[in-house]
Amino acid sequence: MLYREAGDFKTSYAADNQTFPIKFDRWRYYAILVVAFGVVPFIINDYWVSAVFLPFLIYAIAAIGLNILTGYCGQVSLGTGGFMAVGAYACYKLMTAFPDVSIFFHIILAGGVTAGVGILFGLPSLRIKGFYLAVATLAAQFFLVWLFNRVPWFYNYSATGQISAPERTIFGIKITGAETEAWATYLFCLVFVVLLALLARNLTRGTVGRKWMAIRDMDIAAEIIGVNPLTAKLSAFAVSSFFIGIAGALFFSVYLGAVEVGEVFGINKSFLVLFMVIIGGLGSIFGSFAGAAFLVLLPVLLKNVFVGTLGWPTDLAAHLEFMIIGGLIIVFLIAEPHGLAQLWRVAKEKLRLWPFPH
Amino acid sequence: MRLKLATLALGAVMAAAPAMAEITMSALSYRTGPYAANGIPFADGYQDYFTLLNERDGGIGGEMINLVECETGYNTEKGVECYESTKGEGVLVYQPLSTGITYQLIPKATADGIPMHTMGYGRTSAKNGAVFPWVFNYPANYWDGASIAITHIANEEGGDLSGKKVALVYHNSAYGKEPIRTLESLAEKHGYELMLLPVDHPGQEQKSQWLQIRREKPDYVIMWGWGVMNQVAIQEAVNIRFPMDHFIGIWWSGSENDVLPAGDGADGYKALTFHNLGMEYPVYDDLKTHVVDKGLAAGAGDQLGTALYNRGMYAAMLAAEAVKTAQELSGDTAISPAQMRDGMENLEITEAKMAALGLPGFGPEFTVSCENHGGNGFGAVAQWDAAAKKWSLITDYYQSDLEILAPLIEEDSAAYAAEAGVEPACN
Repeated sequence: MLYREAGDFKTSYAADNQTFPIKFDRWRYYAILVVAFGVVPFIINDYWVSAVFLPFLIYAIAAIGLNILTGYCGQVSLGTGGFMAVGAYACYKLMTAFPDVSIFFHIILAGGVTAGVGILFGLPSLRIKGFYLAVATLAAQFFLVWLFNRVPWFYNYSATGQISAPERTIFGIKITGAETEAWATYLFCLVFVVLLALLARNLTRGTVGRKWMAIRDMDIAAEIIGVNPLTAKLSAFAVSSFFIGIAGALFFSVYLGAVEVGEVFGINKSFLVLFMVIIGGLGSIFGSFAGAAFLVLLPVLLKNVFVGTLGWPTDLAAHLEFMIIGGLIIVFLIAEPHGLAQLWRVAKEKLRLWPFPH
Repeated sequence: MRLKLATLALGAVMAAAPAMAEITMSALSYRTGPYAANGIPFADGYQDYFTLLNERDGGIGGEMINLVECETGYNTEKGVECYESTKGEGVLVYQPLSTGITYQLIPKATADGIPMHTMGYGRTSAKNGAVFPWVFNYPANYWDGASIAITHIANEEGGDLSGKKVALVYHNSAYGKEPIRTLESLAEKHGYELMLLPVDHPGQEQKSQWLQIRREKPDYVIMWGWGVMNQVAIQEAVNIRFPMDHFIGIWWSGSENDVLPAGDGADGYKALTFHNLGMEYPVYDDLKTHVVDKGLAAGAGDQLGTALYNRGMYAAMLAAEAVKTAQELSGDTAISPAQMRDGMENLEITEAKMAALGLPGFGPEFTVSCENHGGNGFGAVAQWDAAAKKWSLITDYYQSDLEILAPLIEEDSAAYAAEAGVEPACN
């Protein structure tokens, strides 16, 4: 009923290969874009943007980045927090060194720097796999955080070791700093999310993505059919780090404004993004969004229900929140080991046949 | 203040509707996470004092106090969320109890025009009210603490520190790095050698730092720790048999839960403080009658009289006094955050005031002005008696070395003013 394909004919290969081949999906996607660009900016306030939208959008970018590496190319990484820190510090150094260049380019460049660092730490993946690679990327996590704490050049010799984003504008509208408008920061991040999601979608369904998936499914077989593991794995590390670097740069400059590397980009962040990818669904762009939404929005929702509506003590609410989210993660993964994206896929299959299943 | 739920396609989230006509205070507390052991007593003390005012006096100047609590877990992201979610309710003053969150909130609170009080933590150069009009850190700050510790060591050593070695064991964060600059300047003046030993969050792993202390044998160890880091450091010091009376913690490293796990070994450990300890104060009788006996005590109600409970209560007391000052200045009982700021800037704490509140001799006297948002920088040294299980002051309150600190504060606040584009002004 809802997912009727009757009458939805394709007359060209291009039409058959589009991202949303079902008309209903396509219209839903356009509707979300219209709402996100045309409605949300007018009704958003400081609370919504800093508690809900910015973290959701930025974590979605990071989750897409990690999904490219772990979900599409099969290389486990625990270095996400460290790579986000590279993005943040690169952005900070660029912002302070070239104040006249637009922040938009700084963030792209910060992604580029992170891609370089990612390739460097991706080199061990050519020799080691699985858990061993996870440990190698864990080393990257600890090394990078240590480096940014240890070398004062990275934080411009500030007394506290914190980096704080100076005020920067685009077309005269403040994007970073204390006096930003909610809609401006929201739109800025949204543009990045939309562009990067498009990029990720098109990379993963093209030659590059197919090579990654070949490596993921069986690297020896991939090599035999002519996939070069060196370029495939390193390109996955590069693209993934590019995304994660941009997420880190946005996290620092637009969302938080001031960052202390040990706390904000610690190992917890790596796990958080990895959980988003696992809960959302490995190898799915939609899964990255779903996972980010699950782990960003649910705690805020629970907190508001328990403390705001029910008036329970804050510590009780915080403990319950841990228990409920932990419990839900287990339930989800037992019910559907392939994550929320698979649940959605199954639901869609059912809806196509509804109300007349076989 | 109620929060309404709105269901959206993404999930249900919330919108806030402001409710005024009472005095709204915020408590960004942390009762969970690795710093909860220290966050709970402070939050309880802070909350209980306001409950006492509501129950005994009917609020402040006839206005009931509405305390909005928000759990941060000592995490900056959650702290920002808490700030954004509560600021619409007309909160008069923020006290985040975290240097990291303070650094996040200084520009935001300044832009929003809401005062912040960072009592004994936060950004030290906020003492310069010309640059930081909305931030207060009276009665003492970290640089005062560093200077008071060094003065105490100098007194112990008969005034001469040349050739001595002092180690700083610090939480590797903005908080722990805060005293380094002062200690370096003081090292130049007194001629001691400074050794820096960072400990990473959350601080459970300190073996290598204490091995280094054992090897290099510094004459004194100063600690800037918080949460579980304190307990571990004190236990490690006991393990390497470091003389405990040569081990001095900042005020955040001087609570009962920090020393109790180390048992008798912790006997003689010293910590700084800027208020008095123990529960021999008339206010505790009132707390018992109006709060504890009515079952209104915050948390589990088992923290009364601990060092951090007293500090939370002290923070609440200073906030309440600032509200009173603001009410006198404006002639109105329902004050705005801007009027609260004026109240804080004109705050005067005298012995007579404290005695009237049931807290005689609880803290040093001080006055706040636009040029000086940091009070007079008085502090004292407390020592732990493991047999009696209590802290007692072993020195009088004495002032920090302003000769060293004043130029440092001037320099750091000028750097902030240049960076943030603030025009320093006092009217």
